[in-house]
Amino acid sequence: MTNPASSLSTNTPISTDSEWTFELINAYDKAIASIAKEYRLDTYPNQIEVINSEQMMDAYASVGMPLGYSHWSYGKQFLNIEQSYSRGQMGLAYEIVINANPCIAYLMEENSMTMQALVIAHACYGHNSFFKGNYLFRTWTDADSIIDYLLFAKNYISECEQRYGLEEVENLIDSCHALMNYGVDRYKRPYPISAAEEKQRQREREEQLQKQVNDLWRTIPTAAQDEQVDEPIRFPPEPEENLLYFVEKNAPLLEPWQREVVRIVRKIAQYFYPQRQTQVMNEGWATFWHYTLLNTLFDRGLVTDGFMLEFLHSHSGVVFQPPYDSPHYNGINPYTLGFTMMSDIRRICEFPTDEDRHWFPDIAGSDWLDTLHFAMRNFKDESFILQYLSPKVMRDLKLFCIDDDDQNREIEITAIHDAPGYQKVRETLARHYNLSIREPNIQVHSVDVRGDRSLTLHHVQHERRPLGEQTGEVLRHLHRLWGFDVHIYSIQDDKVSAGFHCPEIEEPNPETGIIIPLA
Amino acid sequence: MNYIIDRRLNSKNKSTVNRQRFLRRYRKHIQKAVSDAVSKRSITDIDKGEQIGIPSKDISEPIFNHGKGGHSTGVLPGNKDFITGDKIARPPSGGGQGGQGPGASDQGEGMDDFVFQITQDEFLDFMFEGLELPNLVKRQLAGDEEFKMRRAGISNEGSPGRINIVRSLRSANARRLALTGGKRKKLKVLLEQLHSEQEKDCALKDQRLIEKLSDDIEHIKKRIKRVPWLDDFDLKYNLHVKQPLPRSKAVMFCLMDVSGSMNQATKDMAKRFFILLYLFLKRSYQHTEVVFIRHHTSAKEVDEQEFFYSRETGGTIVSSALKLMSEVLNDRYPAGEWNIYGAQASDGDNWNDDSSACRELLINELLPKLQYFSYIEITPRDHQALWEEYKEVQANHPDGFAMQQIVESSDIYPVFRELFHKKVA
Repeated sequence: MTNPASSLSTNTPISTDSEWTFELINAYDKAIASIAKEYRLDTYPNQIEVINSEQMMDAYASVGMPLGYSHWSYGKQFLNIEQSYSRGQMGLAYEIVINANPCIAYLMEENSMTMQALVIAHACYGHNSFFKGNYLFRTWTDADSIIDYLLFAKNYISECEQRYGLEEVENLIDSCHALMNYGVDRYKRPYPISAAEEKQRQREREEQLQKQVNDLWRTIPTAAQDEQVDEPIRFPPEPEENLLYFVEKNAPLLEPWQREVVRIVRKIAQYFYPQRQTQVMNEGWATFWHYTLLNTLFDRGLVTDGFMLEFLHSHSGVVFQPPYDSPHYNGINPYTLGFTMMSDIRRICEFPTDEDRHWFPDIAGSDWLDTLHFAMRNFKDESFILQYLSPKVMRDLKLFCIDDDDQNREIEITAIHDAPGYQKVRETLARHYNLSIREPNIQVHSVDVRGDRSLTLHHVQHERRPLGEQTGEVLRHLHRLWGFDVHIYSIQDDKVSAGFHCPEIEEPNPETGIIIPLA
Repeated sequence: MNYIIDRRLNSKNKSTVNRQRFLRRYRKHIQKAVSDAVSKRSITDIDKGEQIGIPSKDISEPIFNHGKGGHSTGVLPGNKDFITGDKIARPPSGGGQGGQGPGASDQGEGMDDFVFQITQDEFLDFMFEGLELPNLVKRQLAGDEEFKMRRAGISNEGSPGRINIVRSLRSANARRLALTGGKRKKLKVLLEQLHSEQEKDCALKDQRLIEKLSDDIEHIKKRIKRVPWLDDFDLKYNLHVKQPLPRSKAVMFCLMDVSGSMNQATKDMAKRFFILLYLFLKRSYQHTEVVFIRHHTSAKEVDEQEFFYSRETGGTIVSSALKLMSEVLNDRYPAGEWNIYGAQASDGDNWNDDSSACRELLINELLPKLQYFSYIEITPRDHQALWEEYKEVQANHPDGFAMQQIVESSDIYPVFRELFHKKVA
C-alpha cells in the first residue's frame, strides 16, 4: 500500500474536541477528500446538509427523497419512526444519502465530530462514488435530473388532488404502490427522466396514449380487410413483466391523468430499483471506505486516539452480525457481508494464501485498488457474491445452508463452511439476492380483448412456493386500475396450482381442470 | 466542489401533511382507541395525548410475496455445531428465526399493533368529533374585561414613547417653511442687491449701502434662525385606543346530589361526566366559567374541591339546587350575555313531593334561559319519581333538555356522546 503516512505523523490533529463546527466539518471534508482522491474515488459534487433529528425523521419517512408527493403511507412511516425514536428503541441512522447530482447527504446536528467525519467518509465518498461508478446506477438512473423529476411529480400529484379530489388520487396511488415492485423494467434501459422534457411531453403523451388505448378497444367494425383476421388475437403478443407499464399503456378505463400518476410511481420505482439490487455492495463499499479513509487519517496523525476509539466503537456496531439463533437476528446484515467481502478482496490481493490462489487465480496478488474498483463498477449483489465470496469469509461468518421443503418433516442442513460446501453456500447465498427469485415471478399473460376484457396474470412458481396471503388484496388494487375482471394463476410444471380472482368467483373444480389458455 | 449547508432552521414539519392524511384515513380506528382510553383513564389525565394502537394487519400495504410452503433454501450465519446432512425440526411458524431463510423476514404475521402517539389536541379532536353543543348561540358581546389595543391614527397628545418621528418632523418642517417664507423671500432680494452692488466697479461701490444690506441680511438670518427647529405642537403621537374584545362566554352549572345515598364511586362517575362536559365547553367557547352547586336538603354554592370531595349526609331535596341555580343566574349571569349550560347528576333519590316542584322550576324558571340542560342518573336501580317528572320535562322541551342513565363508569363516554351527538338538521 502506498502510505506516505510515517513521514507525516508529526501532523497536528484537525480537532481534539468532540464538538463540531462548520469550519471543522469543512476541514475534515477537505482532508478526507484529498485521501479519497489518492484512492481514486470518483464522486459527484457533495452537498452536505446539517439537519436536526426531527428533520432526519422527515427525511427517513420519505425514503430519503428530499421531496416527495404526499401520501398517507409516508405519514405512517413517520409515526412509526417517531414512536420508536422517542422511546429510544431506535437510533436514527447517522446518514441518509441519495443518488443525485450533486449528491445530497444529511448530517445530524446531535452527532459528535467523530460521527460527522464518519458520515462524510461513508456517504459523501463511499456511497457517492458507488452511485457514480456502479453500472446499474449508470445505466438505470439519471442522477442529474432526479430532483427535478421529484419536484415535477409532487406538483403534478398535488394538482391532481385539487382537480379530482384527495380520495380519488390517494386510492390510485395506493393501488400503484401495491404493484410498485412490478413497475420496473428489469432488462430494458428506460429513458433517462428529465423534468423539463417530462413536462413538455406530458400533454402530448396523454393524447397519444389515449389514442392507442382506444385503438385496442375499438369495437366499431372497420374496413373489410380486418374481417379476414378472425382468429383470436393474442394480446399482449409477449408476456409483460412490468405490470404498471402494462396498466399505464393499456388499461381501458384510466383517464389520462391517472396514466400519468401510474407513470410517476413507475418511474420512482425504477429509480430505486438499482438500490434494491446492490444493497450489500453499496453498504459494503461505503463501510469499507469509511473504515479505510478514517484509518488513513489516523495514520497521518490527523485524528486523535479518542477519535479512533469512538469511530471503531460505532463501526463495530454497524458491522455486527448476530448469529441465526440470536433474538436480534434479522437476516444477514448487508453491512457485515459487504464490508467483510470488500476487506477480503483487499486481503486476497495483498496477502494471498494458497487457498486464495486456488479460488481466485486472477485477483490473488493483483493491485487491490484496481480489483476493488473493478468489482464495484461491474457487479450487482447476486453476481458480486457469486464472484467474490471467498471460503475465508464463509468461515468467518460461519455460513451454512439450509433446505426447507414442505414435503419433508425436517429442515436439512445441506452445506456448511467446509471444503465440500463452499460452492453450494456461495451459490445459495447469491441466489438469495436475486430479486426475481426473491419476489414471485408474475407476468401479464393475456387480455380477453374480444370478450369481457378480463386481464389474466401468470405466476410462474419457483420450487413450488405459493403466493402469499396478501395476493387477493393486491389483486383488488390491480382490479381498480384495470377496471375489469382480473385473474391470476400460479403455474407449476405447466399445471395450474392455484388461482385468485377479483371480483372473486367460484373456483372451478380442480378435478375437471380449469379452462384457461396456457399457451 | 463540496457545499455545506445549514438546514437546521428549515421547517421540520415536512411530514405533517402525510401524518394528517394517515390520521384521517384511520379515523375510525383512532376514534375507537380514544373512546376506550376515555373510559379507562383516571379523572386527572382525561385530556392528555394518547398512544394509539392499530392492528398492523389493517394498515399493511399489500404486495405480491411468497407464502409459506414450497421448497426454499437459505443461508444463515453463525453456525455452531451443524454439519452437512444434519436434520433439524422445523421451528414453529411465526418464530422468524432459523426458518426459511429468505422467507422468514418478510412474513407479516405475528407483528404487534402499529402504535403511535397523538397529541392532546388531536386526542380532544377525536374525543369530541361528531359532537356539538345543542342550541349553540354564540352570544357575542363587547365584554368589559378584555381589551385589545388598536391603532387609531395620529394624535397631538400622547406619551413620549409613542412619538411618531416621521410625522413630527414633517409637521416641524412645514411649520418652519410657513414661518420663514416671507423672510426668505426678503433675504433673497437683499442677497441679490448685495451681490450686484459688490460686482460693481470699485469706484462705483457704495460702501454704506453694502454695509446696510449686510446688516439687514444678518438681521433677517437671525430672525430665520430664531424659528425653532422643533416645537411642542409639532410633536405627533401614534394613537392607540382600547377596543373591547367580543367574546363568547359560557357558564356551566354543575349540580350534584351529595346526600347520604351518593357514595364516592357514584360521585367519581359524576365528576368524569362533568369534566367531559367542561372540556367540551372549553373548546366551543373562549371563556367558560363553572359554578358548582351541591345539595342535600339544602343547596350551597361551593368550590371545586368541596364539590367533589367533602362528605355530607342527609335527605335529598333536588329543587333546592335548582332554586339556587336560578338565583345565581339572575344575580351574575344575565341570559342575554351568557350561554348557559346545566348538568345535573344524581342517583335519582328525592323527596317524593319535591319532584314535581323540580319540574315546575325547570320548565318555568330555568329552561327558557338555558341553552341546554342535561341530567344523568347514576344508578343501577329502578327509576323513581324524579326520573318520571323529568321525562315530562323532556317531552315538553325536547331540544333543550336531555336525560340519560349511567350504570357503570364505562357508560359515561357513550352516554356523553349520546347526549351531544350531532343532530342532522
